[in-house]
Amino acid sequence: MPYLVHSPEDRQEMLADLGAGSIDDLLVDVPASLRLRRLDLAPGLSEMETMARVRELAAGNRVFDDRLTFRGGGVYRRFIPAAVGAVLSKPEFYTAYTPYQPEASQGTLQAIFEFQTLIAELTGLEIANASLYDGATAVAEAAMMAVVHTGRPEVLVAPYLHPEYLEVLRGYAQGRGFAVREGTDPTEDTAALVFQNPDFLGLIADGAQLVEVAHAAGALAVACVDPISLALLAAPGEYGGDIAVGEGQQLGLAPSYGGPHVGFIACRQELVRRLPGRLVGEAHDGQGRRGYVLTLTAREQHIRREKATSNICTNHSLCALAASVYMTYMGPHGLQHVADVSYRRAHALAAELAKLPEVELLYPERPFFNEFPVRMKNVLHRLRALEDKGILGGLPVGRWYSELADVATFCCTELNDPRALDQLLEALRRPA
Amino acid sequence: MSEALSFELSRPDWPGPRLPEAGVQQPPAAESLPAHLKRRQAPLLPQISEPELMRHYGRLASLNYSISENFYPLGSCTMKYNPVANEAAAQLPGFAYLHPYQDESTTQGALELMHRLEAALCAVVGVDRVTLQPAAGAHGEWTALRMIQAYHQSRGERRDQVLVPDSAHGTNPASAALCGFQVVEVRSGADGRISVADLESKLNERVAALMLTNPNTLGLFEREILEVAEMVHATGAKLYYDGANLNALMGICRPGDMGFDAVHMNLHKTFTTPHGGGGPGAGPVGVKKDLEPFLPRPTIERRNGHYELDHERPQSIGRVRSFYGNFGMLVRAYTYILAMGGDGLAQASEDAVLAANYLRGRLEGVLDLPHEGPCMHEFVASARNLGEHGIKALDVAKGLLERGYYAPTIYFPLIVPEAVMVEPTETESKATLDAFAEAVQEVADLARSDPDRLHREPVSLPVGRLDEVAAARRPVLRWKPPSETAGESP
Amino acid sequence: MGDRRYTETHEWVDVADGVATIGITDFAQSQLGDVVFLELPRQGRRLTAGEAFGVIESVKAASDLYAPVAGTVVKVNDRLAANPELVNKDPLGEGWLIKVQADGGVPENLLDEAAYQRLAESGGS
Repeated sequence: MPYLVHSPEDRQEMLADLGAGSIDDLLVDVPASLRLRRLDLAPGLSEMETMARVRELAAGNRVFDDRLTFRGGGVYRRFIPAAVGAVLSKPEFYTAYTPYQPEASQGTLQAIFEFQTLIAELTGLEIANASLYDGATAVAEAAMMAVVHTGRPEVLVAPYLHPEYLEVLRGYAQGRGFAVREGTDPTEDTAALVFQNPDFLGLIADGAQLVEVAHAAGALAVACVDPISLALLAAPGEYGGDIAVGEGQQLGLAPSYGGPHVGFIACRQELVRRLPGRLVGEAHDGQGRRGYVLTLTAREQHIRREKATSNICTNHSLCALAASVYMTYMGPHGLQHVADVSYRRAHALAAELAKLPEVELLYPERPFFNEFPVRMKNVLHRLRALEDKGILGGLPVGRWYSELADVATFCCTELNDPRALDQLLEALRRPA
Repeated sequence: MSEALSFELSRPDWPGPRLPEAGVQQPPAAESLPAHLKRRQAPLLPQISEPELMRHYGRLASLNYSISENFYPLGSCTMKYNPVANEAAAQLPGFAYLHPYQDESTTQGALELMHRLEAALCAVVGVDRVTLQPAAGAHGEWTALRMIQAYHQSRGERRDQVLVPDSAHGTNPASAALCGFQVVEVRSGADGRISVADLESKLNERVAALMLTNPNTLGLFEREILEVAEMVHATGAKLYYDGANLNALMGICRPGDMGFDAVHMNLHKTFTTPHGGGGPGAGPVGVKKDLEPFLPRPTIERRNGHYELDHERPQSIGRVRSFYGNFGMLVRAYTYILAMGGDGLAQASEDAVLAANYLRGRLEGVLDLPHEGPCMHEFVASARNLGEHGIKALDVAKGLLERGYYAPTIYFPLIVPEAVMVEPTETESKATLDAFAEAVQEVADLARSDPDRLHREPVSLPVGRLDEVAAARRPVLRWKPPSETAGESP
Repeated sequence: MGDRRYTETHEWVDVADGVATIGITDFAQSQLGDVVFLELPRQGRRLTAGEAFGVIESVKAASDLYAPVAGTVVKVNDRLAANPELVNKDPLGEGWLIKVQADGGVPENLLDEAAYQRLAESGGS
């Protein structure tokens, strides 16, 4: 049987050592009425047959060429350096446990310490944690931090926060017992003003102005940011934000049908003890050697139980490692280059799309980074026609916003080379 | 042995990787973005070449213990072998490069896989439906409690308490609190099992659910589970199953048959998806019929031979995360289930129970065994028998690290003093179990003969015991450039 | 001194001229282990007797702090922010936590020295 180690003789020997005749002698505490006769699943397969089945399922999916993928909406195709996969496939990383025993986990601990620093640098804030599940739950965790910190009962959400993030936030708010309101007009009841930047449609918000509005009402400002954009756009720390969160998928992780990706959260020093999840800190041993440990753990569920800052235990450590390798590979120049190429190609595409008949930019005057909304007649039909030509066009957003029924957001990354842009434009010019 | 931080390896003159040019007639962002939206100071990311980067992470990897090289007898964590075929499956381009917002007609394979995984998990734990969305165990707990909360509310009942045994994992009370419930603790009896009398005294119409794991965190099967279920249901409350210990039960018995209404599973424990040094995991939740309307949306339905994402679920608690779950982990778990089959999973649980009992027998007389056996897939010993030599559970753990084993879980559950919790799993050979038992014996001998030496262990790992108190008093949570730290007090 | 009273949750209080000095007991600090952090109230905060006014953390544990008396916080031991170890070294002296302008006298239900010693000897709870 695959992955099991005992021979029938081993089992007999071990049972004999225990004075047991059969496994049933060890299961005496299980009431007879509960014992299963057999587990109702198909019998196991050889690796060859298993992989054939799995490949068959994979073949049931259609993957679009990365060059011809113009769809984002929170998950983006980007170039992933081979170094990321090579590091992630090291079993010393992927088969290690949560680093509770620091002497035997320095690799993981130091990698997390580096991740915390990278995210802090990228967001311009002082402290970041070891990772969260995804962008959506990161928004919810930030909102809960603000509610506890301010003691106020409401979280305000600016327009066009990712609709799935908003839905998740509402669920957490219902459980924890605070209100979620949409708008940009905080009151004395507002714990935080949450805004996405660039927003779900791709448009850049004036972070400084939103922070000022939040602070004037005594609320915290929570920015949900695109990590690649931060190579070019003002960082939350630069414009006075209190907490920055986001989805780190673009930092070296494949789309993988939506997960696993990685959420990140960073904050000002003053809020560090409200942070959810794990934190790694520097420490020294008896000989003065530097090492790293999980620290400030009294915030966490295994110590604080029902009074913990969050219930999170397992987070997305390996995905955080991918993000670290990616950011380290890119460095400041590489990241800026990737961001700039994405920005310029998206602007080139927007300019050309606007010239097509029955296509217009939804907000021609508003600045965007690498994703932008386009109004297009028969948008669903035209997107389907693109698929027939092997192109995954923009994301139709009407399913979330009735007022945007004929709108799709298009995005460009460094993978969409100029010829791919031409192919897209050509396909739109000549519907099949 | 140590490794510099990537930031310390950084060279300001390193130009960065070669990347393609934009190739379009548009000005760079630096020229066209409004000034007030632009970043003022570039982030201080490391600047190192690829060869240096690979060596850096290679060295870091060498500082870790991992399942690939070491035995991890970590109680309640189910650290078993992570099949490499699972990794190959998840990396198939048909899965890895699938965009979550593609039309369903182009993602039928992924939806079918999820649908089939749901059915398999239903069969293993005995429930009617499963949501695959939750990202981890704690997230699954929270999801299940939210569904139970919605269920009671739909019946016009306001139940504001959740009962949690004193032996429970910390995530149980934390998840309950996050749902707004008041947490009430239920005591364990002298035999390590839930006290039915104490439970009875705490059950009333305010109670929404009892959270339980079975076998419990001591590795003991709750013999009175059927009575417990009846008591809980008689008051209208729901019974929640924490799947931390499911590895004991596959093919042996099912939480659903015991009367549990909601069941979470850790795919990164029972179903061999790798732990990744702290995630990503996956924490699907199974429910019985009456909780089904409250499942997170979308669910995956098979209609007319096609698979669909069903978003139209009016009583749903809504999404609990973005998209559909940690899909890559779902692929791994499904691959494992295909390979093992019903017969293999049952044998795995039997072997896990056998290994735990065998190892427990080998440790008799070496450490204290406060509860009577047999155990299920794990057991809790106590190092209090070494207390007279000034040796604590922590010292036993460090002594085992020195001898090439990851340490058992220590100081958990909280109800056993100097707890040493051991879960060998089914993928460790008898030879490994024997060698581990000998290592524990060696540590216990050292505790008596030279406790000072044991206090100093480990001595051959990259670092010795680190000063966690100093680290927590003056936390250093990130690297800073030397120029910024120069002025700070030590 | 000598008029020190104790709570069952291991705080002590010493009232002089209407000002109550509050700390945790030697038994409490020994149970917690090395204190690494304290979350203490701001000056001016109103406390009712029995109210949780802060949190004390060691590496392995955290516990709430409960007000033995009602009143207004008039002083917080600022030295603890940089030197939480004072609570371990001198819990009844330099490791005091807050001073409260007490609303009334010392509540009847607080324990005297002897009663608290009995509590501590019995394991603390």
